[in-house]
This record gives sequence, C-alpha cells and structure tokens, in this order.
Amino acid sequence: MEALVAIIIAVLVGSGVYLVLRARTFPVILGLTLLSYGANLFVFISGRLKLDQVAVVGQSADPTDPLPQALVLTAIVIGFAMTAFLVVLALRAQGELGSDHVDGQRDELSGEHLDEQRQEESR
Amino acid sequence: MNLGFLVLLPFLGAVLPPLAERWRFSRPALAWAAALLPLVALGLLWFHGRRVFSGETVRQLVPWMPDLGLNLAFRLDGLTLLFSLLVLGIGLLIILYARYYLSANEKAGRFYSFLLLFMGAMMGVVTSNNLLLLVVFWELTSLSSFLLIGFWYHQTDARKGARMALAVTGMGGLALLAGAILIGQVVGSYSLDDVLANGDLIRGHALYPLILCLVLLGVFTKSAQFPFHFWLPHAMSAPTPVSAYLHSATMVKAGVFLLARLYPALSGTDLWFFLVTGAGLATLLWGAIWALFQHDLKGLLAYSTISHLGLITMLFGLNAQLAAVAGVFHIINHATFKASLFMAAGIIDHETGTRDMRRINGLWKYMPYTAVLAMVASAAMAGVPLLNGFLSKEMFFAETLDSGQLGSLSWILPLGAVLGGVFSVAYSARFIHDVFFNGEPIDLPKYPPHEPPRYMKVPVEVLVTLCLAVGVLPSLTVAALLEVAARATLGGTLPDYHLSIWHGFNVPLMMSIVALVGGVLVYSQRHRLFALNDRLPRLDAKLVFEACIQSLARWAATVSNTLRNGSLQSYTAWLLAVVALVLVTSVTRELLAGGGREMLPLDGVALLCGGMLIVAAILTTALHRHRMTAIMCLSVVGLVVSLMFVRFSAPDLALTQLSVEVVTILLLMLAMYFLPVRTRRESSMPRIGRDVVLSVLVGGGVGILAFMMMTSGVDSISPFFLENAKPGGGGTNVVNVILVDFRGFDTFGEIIVLGIAGMGIYALLKDLELYSPRTDSLGRPWAKDAHPLILVTISRPLLPLALMISVYIFLRGHNLPGGGFIAGLITSVALVLQYVASGVAWMHRRIPGDYHPVVALGVLLAGFTGVGAWYFGHPFLTSAFWHVHWPVVGEFEVATAMLFDTGVFLTVVGATLLILANLGKLSLLDDKGGVR
Repeated sequence: MEALVAIIIAVLVGSGVYLVLRARTFPVILGLTLLSYGANLFVFISGRLKLDQVAVVGQSADPTDPLPQALVLTAIVIGFAMTAFLVVLALRAQGELGSDHVDGQRDELSGEHLDEQRQEESR
Repeated sequence: MNLGFLVLLPFLGAVLPPLAERWRFSRPALAWAAALLPLVALGLLWFHGRRVFSGETVRQLVPWMPDLGLNLAFRLDGLTLLFSLLVLGIGLLIILYARYYLSANEKAGRFYSFLLLFMGAMMGVVTSNNLLLLVVFWELTSLSSFLLIGFWYHQTDARKGARMALAVTGMGGLALLAGAILIGQVVGSYSLDDVLANGDLIRGHALYPLILCLVLLGVFTKSAQFPFHFWLPHAMSAPTPVSAYLHSATMVKAGVFLLARLYPALSGTDLWFFLVTGAGLATLLWGAIWALFQHDLKGLLAYSTISHLGLITMLFGLNAQLAAVAGVFHIINHATFKASLFMAAGIIDHETGTRDMRRINGLWKYMPYTAVLAMVASAAMAGVPLLNGFLSKEMFFAETLDSGQLGSLSWILPLGAVLGGVFSVAYSARFIHDVFFNGEPIDLPKYPPHEPPRYMKVPVEVLVTLCLAVGVLPSLTVAALLEVAARATLGGTLPDYHLSIWHGFNVPLMMSIVALVGGVLVYSQRHRLFALNDRLPRLDAKLVFEACIQSLARWAATVSNTLRNGSLQSYTAWLLAVVALVLVTSVTRELLAGGGREMLPLDGVALLCGGMLIVAAILTTALHRHRMTAIMCLSVVGLVVSLMFVRFSAPDLALTQLSVEVVTILLLMLAMYFLPVRTRRESSMPRIGRDVVLSVLVGGGVGILAFMMMTSGVDSISPFFLENAKPGGGGTNVVNVILVDFRGFDTFGEIIVLGIAGMGIYALLKDLELYSPRTDSLGRPWAKDAHPLILVTISRPLLPLALMISVYIFLRGHNLPGGGFIAGLITSVALVLQYVASGVAWMHRRIPGDYHPVVALGVLLAGFTGVGAWYFGHPFLTSAFWHVHWPVVGEFEVATAMLFDTGVFLTVVGATLLILANLGKLSLLDDKGGVR
C-alpha cells in the first residue's frame, strides 16, 4: 500500500512539474493544482498510513497522527485561495496583455494560428 | 554602573545640534549644544577613572540577546580609559575648532551630529566587553566616518573618498565579524573577559591561523596598513576637523586599539610576529617615504599617519611586553601631535585658501604664533628630544634592537626603523621649512594671510602643551595613565621600564641622531628627489579602485542579466533543476538507509482507485492542450485524493478536499470563459524532453522520499494533542481542537491569508476589462440553454438542505469530523450552486451587497474571541468551555473555540464567494443584468 501511495505522489508531483514548465498560464495553474495535491499528500503521509483509526478521542484504539491532518486541512483551503488568485492573475494578464503566455509575450493572433486550431479541432 | 552612558551620551548628543540649528541658535550656542553631552560623558569618565587608577576594572552587563551570546556588556579598564580620554577629549577640542573652521553657510548642525554619532560609535568600540558588540560598533564607525568623509558631498572627491573608505573598512569589518564568531566558537563565549583569559586555548586551536588572518584583515583595513593603506589619503577630502579627529585619535586608532585589546588573546606566536611586524614595517617605510613627496599639506600628514600607524602596529607585532608598552605610549603621543598638526594645517588652509606647499611659503612672517605651535608639533612628529614623540620613538628603536626573532636577519628591523625615522624627520622638516620659511608665498588665493581667530588656536595650544609636558616631564604627566593602559593591554603584568629623557649615551640615541641628521640631509636633497619622483609612472589608487569596482559591477550585471532573462519558464526550470539535484543527491543516499516499518497490505479497491488517479493525472498532463478535457481529468484526481483521505483515517480532510474540489473546478471552468479553450503546440522537442526529464527526476525523487518516510518509524509530538484534546480543549475531534485551540493562532493567521487572497482577487478584477466573447475561442457559440430547468428546479430545494447539513457539520465539528472550515466550504458550495443554476443576476437580486463584510466579520470575530481571553487574564486565544444541559438535546459542550470557529466559517464563506461571485460577475459586463 505504501508503495502505491508513493507512486501516486510521484505521479502527481511529476505531472505537476511538467505542467508548471509550460508556456501558457492555464496549464501552469493545472500543474500547480496537481503539485499541491502531491504536496498535501506528502505532508499527510508524514503521519504514516493507518486504516480506520480516526483521530477522535474514544473512537479508535491507536488513533492516527492528527497534527499533519490539521496542517493539511488549512493547506487545502489556502491552496484553493492560491489557485483562485493565480486564475485571476492569469485573467488580468490576459486582459492587460492580450496574451496568456507566462513570460508576458504578446501573441500575434494571426489567422494562420486560428486556422491551425480549427484544423486540429476537425481532426 | 552606568558605563553604557559613556556610549549613549554622544549618541543622544547627536540629536541636539540639528535641533539647535532648526531653532536658529547662534553658532557658539550650536557648538555648546554639541559639546554638552560629551562633556557630561567626560565627567562620568573622570568619576569612573579614579577606580580604574586604583587597579579596578569596571564592568556593566545588560542582557540583549543572551541566547546568541550578544549582550550590552561594557568594561572600563586602563586601555579603555586611555582611549575614551582620547576620543572624548580630542573630540571636544575638535568641536571647538570646527566652530571656527566651518564657514557660516555650512550645515554645522549636520556636521556636529555626524561627529557625535562617530564619537558614540568609537566609544562603543573601546568600551565593549563583548566581541560581537564591538563588531557592531566597529561597523558603526565605518558608517559614520563615511558620512563625515563625504560631508562635502557636492565634491566628487569627497564622495569617492568616502565610498572607498567605506568599502575598504567595511570589508575588513566583515572579516573581523567572521574572526570574532570563530573566536566565540573556540572560546565558547563572546565575552572579552573570557576571550582574554583563554589566549592559550585560541593560540593552540587549529583555527588560530584563520582567526588571526580574519581579525588582522579588520585591523589592517581600519588602521590603513599596507596594502590597505590607499583609502586614507583619499579620505583627506573630508573637512579638516574630520581628518584631525579620524586620523589622529579615532578611526584609524580603532585598528591598533583592537591589536592592543586582543593582544593577550592572539599575540605571542610566530605567525603574529611575521604578519603584524611585517605589515607594520612595510607601512612604516611606505608611508614615511611617500609623505615626503606629497605637495598637499594634508596629504603629507595622511602619509605620515600611515607611517606612524605602521610603527605602532610593528611595536605590537614584536611579541615583547616592552614593545607593547611603547606601542600604547606612541598611540597617545601620535594622537596629540597629529591632531594638532591637522588643526594647524586646517588653519593654514583656512587663512591662505590653499594646501599646496609649493605655493605656501614663508608664513612665519604672517602667522608667527601658529607657526610656533605647528613647529613644536612637527618636531614631536620627527622625534626631537624634549618632546613626546622622542620618548616613544626611542623606545621603538630600542625594541627593534632587542628583537631577535629574525635570527641572523634581525638587523632588518633596526635598519627599517632608522630608515623610517630618517624620512619621518625629512617630511617633518618639510612641514616646517617649506611652509613657514623658504621664501615668499606664491599666488595665494587669500592674501595676506593672518592669524586665525583667538579660540581656533586653543585646541592646538592644548595639544602642543601636552606634547611638551609629556616630553619634558613624562613621569609627572603620562606615567600613571600609561601604566594602567599598558597593564590592561598586557593582561595584568607589567615589565620594568623607565620613562625618562636621558638613558645615557646608547644605541637608540645613536639611531635617533642618525635619523635626525639623515632626515635633514634627505630634505636638503628634496629637489632632486622630487624630480626623480616626477619621472616615475603615476599610479592613482583611486582610479585603480574605481576601475576594480566598476569591472565588478559590470561583471555582476552580466551575471544577473544572464540569469534574469525575463522568462518565468526558465526561472522555474532552474528552480526545479536545483530541486531535482538536491533530491537526486540526497535521495540516493537515503535509499541505502532503508525503512523498517511494517507495510499495509495492498487490496483491489486501493489498486483500482490508485490506478484511476494515476491515469487521470497522466491524462491531465498529456491532454493539457485540450483544456476542458484536462479539467475533467483533474477533477477525477481531486476526487480520488479525497477518497484516499477517507481510507487513511482522515475524514476531516476528505470533506475539505471534496468541497474544495467542487469550487476549484467551478473556478477553472469560469476562467475558461475568457481564456482560449486550446493551448497551441509551441514547445520544441528538446524543451519537452528537458521538462520530461525534470518531472521524472523531481516526481521520482519525491516519491522515493515519501516511500522512505512512510516505511520508517515515527516519533511524533501528537500524543500530547491526543491526550489533551478533551481535558484541555473540550473536544474529542483532535484535528479540529488543534485547529481552533492548540494551534489557534496559526489558524487565525491562515484565515487572514484567505481574506487577503479574496481581497486581492477583488482588487485584481476591479476595472479589469476583458473581452467577453460571444463564442469560445474555436468560434463555437455558447449553449442557448444557460440555466437548464432541471438544474434550477433541483438546486433550489437543495439549498436549505445543504445549509442544514452545514450547520450540523459545524456544530459537531469539535467532537466529530467537521468544523468551521468544512461547514464554510459546504455553505459556499451550496450558494455557488445557486449561482451556477440560476445565474449571477438572479442571485444578486436575492443577496445584494458584496462579501467583503463577511470576510471582515469573520476575521474580527476570531480576533475578538482571542482578545477576549485577555479580559480573563489569559494569553491570546486561550479557550474556555462549559457544559450546558439543553432540554431535549441533553448535555452539550459550549467552548469559546466555537466562537472562533464561527469566525473561521464566516471567513471561508466570505472569501470563497467573494472570489467566485466576482469572477462570475465579469461575464455579465457585456450584457448588464441579463440572465446568462
């Protein structure tokens, strides 16, 4: 089970890293979301894996570690705020620059490009 | 005992002159305002000084950062007393002198203020009883001397000179800091008492050579020792009172002070001898020779200062107690004659308008009184008998003779000393002859020169009188002070020595005579020497220095422009490459360590879900250019993650993740309205290859790290929380109790961050003009059926149900999975569903207003709950709880933590809706009020 969880974390982080390195804002946001899943899981498993041992007093004989859970709980909510901020930042950049490139490069929205997209769509 | 005031008073005094200037005090009153607190400090010193003369060391300690070993520790022993007298005494004379020196239109208040800042820093250096504190004041002297040297900041020379002094001495200060920290590491304490008592420990330590080099780097840069001497002549662009102060009694003496201070701790080794004596001898000769060739009056004094500092340094380097006594003695003598000479030079500059000795001649006729003073001081500098300079120079000659540390090459030291003496006599002779005699003045800017104002001469008179008194009657004047100072320098013991003018006809006297006669001879041949010097290639230290600085700046610019190329992509790649490097290097080592913890068995459900997640994550990446599909895949990932939380005993996390997942996906879909639905293919194959390698390395590394962590044992602090949740926090759901009670302060911070994010988003969206498309980026029109009937019909009755669940989850949160965060998210989801189903406009009619007040209310409520604890005399956010018996429901616990949790709830709801509703409103801009 531990190996599976480790692979899951590896895949989440790896996919996140790949997407974060992309040139457009939207994939970067997706990447950061995946990265934060990975990071949250990583912090969570620092309390080790336990099945059916909820950290509620009196409900389990050997309760799991509640501290990483408390950390991750707020991290999830803050992560959402962070994602939202980035989305809005991306929108603002789109509005100001007319481009969604992370380096702030302007696009020459040529007809050729649109054609290319349509071709891809029709495929 | 109030020793700290010795340091504090000058600093406090720095405030008075600018105030006096603002209140338009007359110039004498301004000088008095500057002199007032140093006078008080001098009185305080006299009060303590009596105890020092009786053999006591006065100490004071005020803890500052005791954990770091940094305390406001002060000491007053003989050495400190001597230096404090010089700093305060000569400082006061300088204040008096400057009152006449500065012209009426100059900012005297600012000048005095800088001077007093510098005085305070110097007092700090000499009175510190803690190495770190000493370094702090040391750096303050560099900073305040920068202000003083650059006082005439409209002049390029002043600015460049100040910058050079700061760069050189500041660099030395950093080295000194490193040295001080190493000493502290070796000794185990930064207290000077401990350091001085553990000289053997330091000298025997493997780090001793490094420590010595670092400390000496600080000393040599400050005291302008070869090869760091070049800043001092350029600091001459300062006003003359500053030069007189900095280069006689204070700034440059801070270096030799440190030599004397650390003498018991660092001296006595061969390395010390070679480094200190070597640098001293080189400086002595270099300074003495070049002083003769300066045509600028202050330039001559600057190089002679360098030379005399070399002499003092050399004395400390000889590793002989008598030499150290001579060093301390020469510190006193040099301070007195050099300060008076600088002031005399300032008077001449003031009265003639130039400092060029080729033009200033024959001043004897115009200002005989000043001439006498300057001549006596120059004679002291040359080492003429019956003046103080003679006594210490005689001791210096004797010590160079006695030192046999160079073996068969020991004759080098006395030879160098005599050579230095010869040139010292020569430049002193030039100062006297070239300025006051040697024909008529040539083309003076101010003609005819005359005597300066009466009181401008007083400081010079005082110092020249001291030169004479010490020179004639050493045992009656300076002996007692020298004795306590030397005793403190040597760490208690004192060698046998006699301060007297006549020691009989011995070798040192011969050397003195040779120096005097030789010096006069060299001076008489000066025209030939000058001609020779003019033929030598010029090397201006300032130009070299500036060129070095500029090439350094250019190099830095090149490096940073290469790294900072404006591409976020490349920064991210660099960052991740470093992460990958750290992971690869550390994880490979970790792999060998191995776990040991028993693993959980794998089952089919887990495998299925895990597989789903992995496939979904990879699909998100692979299909990221089809953005809608990618969002769908991402939502699968999020849902499986929340299932994982369920499986691994974290119901709170599962609930949170689930509701956050919903709002996140909604958010991304909303963004899709404005952004292209496709990402174009633009990464080159090598780029993709690089990114794949990076992601495999980072992902793999983190995965292995995670595996190692899960399979290793754990020593957690959590049992404390598990045990105290119920008795201490009044709840059984430990995760919630940690959030609202144990770590309530963290949570408070986190909801503030959430609120700030919401406000930030609001601000970013404000005035944002986005092109609201009629179609998506592929030209497909939006669906006609914006609000499907079934969705609307089902969503409306769901709202009260969802809100009820939210209340339930909130109330039980303290004892069972739930709580403010989760309840807040559920409420948000319920409300957002209404936005989605019925439209922003429809919701806006029902919930007018905006969500900022909700966020504010939440944060304030949480804050006031915390503050409430103060009212009962407890620390911030201490919670209290009571058991209440409700009819029907029965026993119920009410905790103040619930109030706090309500704050959390409100902030989460407010922030989430603030974000989503504002983003949703954007889509309305082109058809106001329209239902979409």
